[in-house]
Amino acid sequence: MNAICAVAGVVIRELYRRKDFYVLFFLMVIIALTMGCGNLINDAKREGYLKEICLLLIWISSLVIAISTAARQLPAERESRTLFPLLAKPVTRAQVITGKFLGCWLACGAALVIFYFILGVVSASREHEWRVLEYAQALWLQWIFLAVVIALGLWGSITFATPAANATICLVLIAAVLVLQRHLNDIALARAEPARSFLYAIYYTLPRPEWFDLREPLIFHRGWPGGGEFAAVSLYGAAYTGFFLLAAWIGFRRKSLAT
Amino acid sequence: MTPIVEIKDLRVEYRGRGLGQAPRLAVDGLTLNVNTGEVFGFLGPNGAGKTTTMNVLLGFVNPTGGQASLFGVNVREPIARQRIGYLPELTYYYKFLTAEELLRFYARIFKIPKAETEQRIDALLKLVELEAVRKRTIKTYSKGMQQRIGLAQALINNPDLLILDEPTSGLDPVGRMKVREIIERLKSEGKTVFFSSHELGEVETVCDRVAILNQGKLMVEGRVGDLLQKYHSNLEQIFLRIIGYLPAPQT
Repeated sequence: MNAICAVAGVVIRELYRRKDFYVLFFLMVIIALTMGCGNLINDAKREGYLKEICLLLIWISSLVIAISTAARQLPAERESRTLFPLLAKPVTRAQVITGKFLGCWLACGAALVIFYFILGVVSASREHEWRVLEYAQALWLQWIFLAVVIALGLWGSITFATPAANATICLVLIAAVLVLQRHLNDIALARAEPARSFLYAIYYTLPRPEWFDLREPLIFHRGWPGGGEFAAVSLYGAAYTGFFLLAAWIGFRRKSLAT
Repeated sequence: MTPIVEIKDLRVEYRGRGLGQAPRLAVDGLTLNVNTGEVFGFLGPNGAGKTTTMNVLLGFVNPTGGQASLFGVNVREPIARQRIGYLPELTYYYKFLTAEELLRFYARIFKIPKAETEQRIDALLKLVELEAVRKRTIKTYSKGMQQRIGLAQALINNPDLLILDEPTSGLDPVGRMKVREIIERLKSEGKTVFFSSHELGEVETVCDRVAILNQGKLMVEGRVGDLLQKYHSNLEQIFLRIIGYLPAPQT
């Protein structure tokens, strides 16, 4: 556990000492605050729109932070060769993968907490109430989804040699899952066999991002998942995370790393 | 003497990178032992297989054949690396960390208690003369300073075996002298040092035994004094003859 925490600590330290992280972070904060304070949309449902846009920004920003952080972990370590002094220590490759994952996940979690806090402050100033539990549930499920994304990014970082290639492929893949996944069912129905079975296989294999997305309940205060559903989605996310981490470890554990 | 490093019939073959490119044999049937308390020089021209052999010992590269062990433990086991320190040829550390943060990070991996970690950090930074810049990030360090922080991280666990891959590479004469002094100090403390170098004068001075590798094969191995006596020449001349640059050695 010591080695895992040490590796995670370095990941977090690197993230908060990198300037690009702050650029994205402050950009998001400024947009959210400006939208919350200004009277940009002259509509009775203005609060709803504002919240929707803020939540969309939170989703995009956190996904960009998660992918850009996770995708660069191992390729950047190989490129800068910092991986070799690390692996020369009594640390297993599974510990390195787990430490990297934990560091990225905690860093993304911290960013999410700040994002949601700002959103909460902006919303509370308009609605005069702060539904802390609802915000916490939305944050938790989004954080679980980020765990899936980070694990996928780490798996990709075993396969692709450069951070840029891995980040691009992960971004395209996640964007495709977010946009297309929910429509795959309809597309599959309209196709003949074997394309239908093939599309169905993809439909059921890909994670379901909409299950982690509580933006609508948060905006309209309805349609909240029950405790069982909430736990099941958390476990569903954990299973995908575990699968991607296992795949990353299998790819990494016997990989030859010539200096 | 007990062997700390045991290499038996080691063979490493790299796959061809392009289509139709033949595999490259980097190490060919290497058998070698390094004993406790020895300073062992691992020599050879570029591409001879020195770094590949070290990579196998550190578990970075999987051997195609043969065996390698540290302290009697197969090199694939992470526990084999518990009592070693490693300094790579060029310095590669987290540049966003300060010297003390870097050492603290590695100490944590070795599960060294906090109070002891701080003591060791103080002692090591004093040894490598980086006390004054301990709170500066590594990216602001000169090459020599980075090599010295590398040496400090290699010593953080008070290792019994040090594996140094060309530790004086690219250093100025003062830096080289300092590294040599540290190796001699470690030798006096009974540590085992396994290092590769192209500085043959330095190797002649500090090493007890040497091995010369060429094209992945072990050409010569023995005590420095014995080799000098056997070939009636200095180590550089012996090396150049063995790798075929000069006419064959007269024994």
